[in-house]
Amino acid sequence: MTPAAAPAALAPRQDLRTANLLIGLAVALTLFIVVVPLAYIFWRALSEGFAVFAQNIMAPDTLHAIWLTTVVAVITLPINLVIGISAAWLIARFTFPGRKLLLTIIELPFSISPIIAGVCYLLLYGRQGLLGPALAAGDIKILFALPGIVLVTLFVTSPFVAREVLPLMQAQGSEQEQAALTLGASGWQVFRRVTLPNIRWALLYGAVLATARAVGEFGAVSVVSGAIRGQTNTLPLQIELLFNDLNIVGAFAAASTLTLIALVVLVLKTVIEGRTR
Amino acid sequence: MTLAISHLARRFGATQVLRGIDLQVRQGELIALLGPSGSGKTTLLRIIAGLDWPDAGALSFDGSDWLAKSAAERRIGFVFQHYALFPHMTVRDNIAFGLSVLPRADRPGKAQIAATVDRLLAFLQIGGLADRYPAELSGGQRQRVALGRAMAIEPRVLLLDEPFGALDAQVRRDLRRWLRGVHDSTGTTTVFVTHDQEEAFELADRVVVMNGGVIEQIGKPDEIYDHPATPFVARFLGLTVELPVTMRAGRAHAAGLDLTVLPRRAIPDGPATLFLRPADILPVPDPEAPFRVTEMATTGALLRIVAEDDTGCRIESEVPRRDGRDLRQGQPVGLRAVAGQIFPGSGQQPAQPIHTPKTLKEARP
Ligand SMILES: Nc1ncnc2c1ncn2[C@@H]1O[C@H](COP(=O)(O)OP(=O)(O)O)[C@@H](O)[C@H]1O
Ligand SMILES: [Mg+2]
Repeated sequence: MTPAAAPAALAPRQDLRTANLLIGLAVALTLFIVVVPLAYIFWRALSEGFAVFAQNIMAPDTLHAIWLTTVVAVITLPINLVIGISAAWLIARFTFPGRKLLLTIIELPFSISPIIAGVCYLLLYGRQGLLGPALAAGDIKILFALPGIVLVTLFVTSPFVAREVLPLMQAQGSEQEQAALTLGASGWQVFRRVTLPNIRWALLYGAVLATARAVGEFGAVSVVSGAIRGQTNTLPLQIELLFNDLNIVGAFAAASTLTLIALVVLVLKTVIEGRTR
Repeated sequence: MTLAISHLARRFGATQVLRGIDLQVRQGELIALLGPSGSGKTTLLRIIAGLDWPDAGALSFDGSDWLAKSAAERRIGFVFQHYALFPHMTVRDNIAFGLSVLPRADRPGKAQIAATVDRLLAFLQIGGLADRYPAELSGGQRQRVALGRAMAIEPRVLLLDEPFGALDAQVRRDLRRWLRGVHDSTGTTTVFVTHDQEEAFELADRVVVMNGGVIEQIGKPDEIYDHPATPFVARFLGLTVELPVTMRAGRAHAAGLDLTVLPRRAIPDGPATLFLRPADILPVPDPEAPFRVTEMATTGALLRIVAEDDTGCRIESEVPRRDGRDLRQGQPVGLRAVAGQIFPGSGQQPAQPIHTPKTLKEARP
């Protein structure tokens, strides 16, 4: 996280002090903004001993929140992969009217606040919403249930895969795929044996980012889940709930699981980044 | 007759890239598509391969309509300009690809595929590279692997897009001979694209000269070299000196030029244009002649001589240095044409003449 020494090496000698000062400042900021709070989570979570920590994690509601978050992540990942690859493939390989528009739409969830996404779903699927009566008539429950959580999570995580895969597909062009076609490969064989291996690291990278976001998403999910304890509470919502209950150790214990996931993601991300570059 | 192309046309947006291509490729022939960049060579090759489709025209192979078939069904071997090898596969797997994607019923066994690949590797003289990845190969080696991959499926027609375009001069020459050898021992009908006339003339049985989406001339290398059919071909083949002449009874005349060596041509009397290679013009000292030597420069073996007359007409010639010994700066000279091509019409013809396909005749080899 510390800035590289290159600018200092290039700078004239008298600027060395300024450079050192800036580096020191960056290190201090990183420590106080990132490292200390993260460390503090574990410290607080374990402050009353490991037994209490374990007990808090094993609390039925927290356990259910972990389970629900996992389910959401597991459902959204394959859908994200399919959407991401298809969109990147369409945009990279074809020119068609509306291509630019599609490109913008893919990026849209990144520029919209997640809470707005949640509210949109509420207005669309809610009891008073546009599709509400129809859904109620069919006895289909979307809001305050798993489908709603999955839908908004998909909304906020959908850009990740396409964003990673698209530049690679564009850079590589379609000649390899055409070569495979002339060699007699079917469409599926071309994808399996030529396209996919070429994008595999970017795909994995996008998948990791999307999953991390799916696991950690708070704003959009909090609107549509209804935060029913032990039923529609995902891990981030559960943490907030415990925190509001003044169950500090419980909140920090739950938070530490989320943080662990984040750290694993960070390591994965770094490893994959090394492979793709 | 194997591959028959007729009236093929292709347009990208507003650009008409192919304007009525007619071409027949015979069994076992090695054909070069020669033309400047942008003349539609790659587009034509891709249509033959089934990677692109024409707006109009027909394409058939041994009587069967290829436009109704997919690339895979045509069983062609295509070698891309930048090879398009699969970077995540070894050389062996690259070459085996075409066999390994066959439907299970037709697919040879693993051992049989390996044997085929080994045979190809040895044949293409890249046996030692089998377990390398494309990134670990030189350009020339990649080219050989790309050809091996295309040949593994025993293609009916082999199509190569600028096969040596990205290689340096020495490797180019080596690979050129190697490709001719490969073709002679397999007998596969082959079409390759190039913008390098030396390459086309050295390798091909017949050369197809393209320009602006039209075929300007088809013929054996010697025919085309000695008898360019259009002003474009003449310029493209280095007949860069253009002179206005007057035709009388089939012979060309111009002041200060000795054109007696040129054969009689069936061109109506009147103005015409003579195209010459600088190397086919010999300046000879002649006190009566209207030209004067204004520049002399040596390139080592050759002497480059520029002669001008009072009207500002400037003619460049190249002679072996020995033949220019008697020439001096400012000396009056006559110019003797050793060979040249005459086209009816006076000078200033459009640089890229527009032809309708119907007026183009295939020169009989
Ligand atoms: N897919 C395409 N879309 C639009 N224009 C194209 C496409 N492919 C080729 N062209 C245009 O067609 C012309 C001929 O291209 P090409 O067949 O590649 O020529 P060559 O191989 O002789 O250099 C060029 O002007 C090129 O810009
Ligand atoms: Mg080309």
